[in-house]
Amino acid sequence: MRKARSVVLALLAAVLGLGVLGPARAEIEIQINQGTLQPLPLAVPTFTGQGPYGSDIAKVVSANLERSGFFKPLNPAGFAPGGLDVNVQPRFADWKSISAQALINGQVTMDADGQIRVDFRLWDVFSEQQLLGLQFTATPENWRRVAHKISDAVYERLTGEKGYFDTRVVFVAESGPKRARIKRLAIMDQDGANPSYLTNGSAMVMTPRYSSTSQQLTYMALRDNGASVYLLNIETGRQETLGQYSGMVFAPRFSPDGKKVAFSVERAGNSDIFLMDLSTRVAARLTTDPAIDTSPSFSPDGKQIVFNSDRGGSPQLYIMRADGTGVKRLSYAQGRYMTPVWSPRGDFIAFTKQAGGEFHIGVMRPDGSDERLLTSSYLDEGPSWAPNGRVLMFTRETMGGNSKLWTVDLSGRGERPAPYAGSGSDPAWSPLLE
Amino acid sequence: MITTKSAMRLALIVLTTASLAACTTKGPPPAAPARQYVEQPAPPPPPPPIAAPRPTGPVPGSIQDFLIHANDRVFFDFDSYTLRPDGASVLDAQAAWLVRYPMVQVRIEGNADERGTREYNFALAARRANSVRDYLVSRGMAGNRIETVSFGKERPINEGSTEEAWAQNRNGHTVITAGAAQ
Repeated sequence: MRKARSVVLALLAAVLGLGVLGPARAEIEIQINQGTLQPLPLAVPTFTGQGPYGSDIAKVVSANLERSGFFKPLNPAGFAPGGLDVNVQPRFADWKSISAQALINGQVTMDADGQIRVDFRLWDVFSEQQLLGLQFTATPENWRRVAHKISDAVYERLTGEKGYFDTRVVFVAESGPKRARIKRLAIMDQDGANPSYLTNGSAMVMTPRYSSTSQQLTYMALRDNGASVYLLNIETGRQETLGQYSGMVFAPRFSPDGKKVAFSVERAGNSDIFLMDLSTRVAARLTTDPAIDTSPSFSPDGKQIVFNSDRGGSPQLYIMRADGTGVKRLSYAQGRYMTPVWSPRGDFIAFTKQAGGEFHIGVMRPDGSDERLLTSSYLDEGPSWAPNGRVLMFTRETMGGNSKLWTVDLSGRGERPAPYAGSGSDPAWSPLLE
Repeated sequence: MITTKSAMRLALIVLTTASLAACTTKGPPPAAPARQYVEQPAPPPPPPPIAAPRPTGPVPGSIQDFLIHANDRVFFDFDSYTLRPDGASVLDAQAAWLVRYPMVQVRIEGNADERGTREYNFALAARRANSVRDYLVSRGMAGNRIETVSFGKERPINEGSTEEAWAQNRNGHTVITAGAAQ
């Protein structure tokens, strides 16, 4: 992996005509799996160039990195005055003096065709090396996405993990009293920017999921006469019902290739998992147990499904092959396990656990080992993985209060409210945008 | 009331006339009997017509009637869909009424408390709705008059986060959807 990344960097640098300072051996490298970690102090001064973009991009990059929990952007008030020319090596002494370990500088120029061109550099202040030098071109209204891509590049270079900043989050925006809640499907950038509603609130909309291969969502809608599952294309606005059954249909999830949707169908009190092929609209029944079988989630290779069942007497996690065979129980510890979600990296399954009067977001290995609880509160539920498999967003509800979106890192660090001020629930992270 | 008052007034008039007559007998007989004029008040307007008698209380077979004869909710224990004895007696009363009014259609709404995940609680509350349905059918109600729906934990009747609130929110709610008398 590391070698491949260096090659890519070298290639990019060559294309951009930049000098690569050695084989990209950074002195600063964040070991993000360590138990204790001081966030890395770094400086993101305003990018040079005309217009507001230089300042705006620096602020968005700074906020993204700060929110990850691994970086501590320094207050720009302490920076030496004047812009930094991207084509000149910075005066590292200035940055050492304020204890910055990394420096991100950049420049925004307007092309003749009206596009913005953003050059940026990532520097290791103490070894005085350039770690990254990249250029992005975009239409001016896409300046935030440029900032997110810069953030992703920096995060990946310094942590060794893929970034997750150029992503969106679909969720349920809630309003009104608890007894008559209005639940609308909504979407925003992962940093809370550009929020918009996707449904009008006439039906209670819940548990959305993002396709990992297209701009499609699947979700359930509850009306007086029951629950059904929908497919929504967020580019065309086209919406359709999936699965006409006499009972309730709920808990929809895409397969990793985006070609199928698994969901639960309830009939006469019995909930079972079905899998529908979106091209033929034929659904196969995967479980037949008289117990509750719901909350399916595919392994990233699409070969297995982890799900929630109370066939053993209480809600626990089970795993089966994608055709419904070979069911095995996964969770055995004290407590009630629900809403398993397989990491897009495949290495962990996140879940909701109810134990000791509290709710937790936890993770375990796909063989059920190495269980770790990451959060604890009156009510935490419904984790969703960022596409890099490092960060989880979930719903937290306080006693007698509203639901809010929260995030936590896989290590259990950086538990904090997601950047959405309103009441929200059921977040689902998009894959990295194209 | 009005008729009683009129009768009293008439009686008074008669009495006055009688006493006057008694006085006159003591003197010489009059040439002609004195004509007594008694000032008569204008007759009161006729009383408004009385509406035809109506039975009191709700119309038999109405939703209100149902609610008087039976509670519309039965409650469940945590993560359970087994009917408790108190629930069964509520459903006995519901079934007795519903069997009497065979045109009535109902929807059983299953509900759960907030101490579970959204999806698990949809499945759990669906089981509760189904328990209620099965019991009503076992007491003679036709299954095709009953639809069931699960609202999971999405429609609490008590917004609190206490044991009492949770207990109230774990219920099966029988709602009349059609066929009730107005």
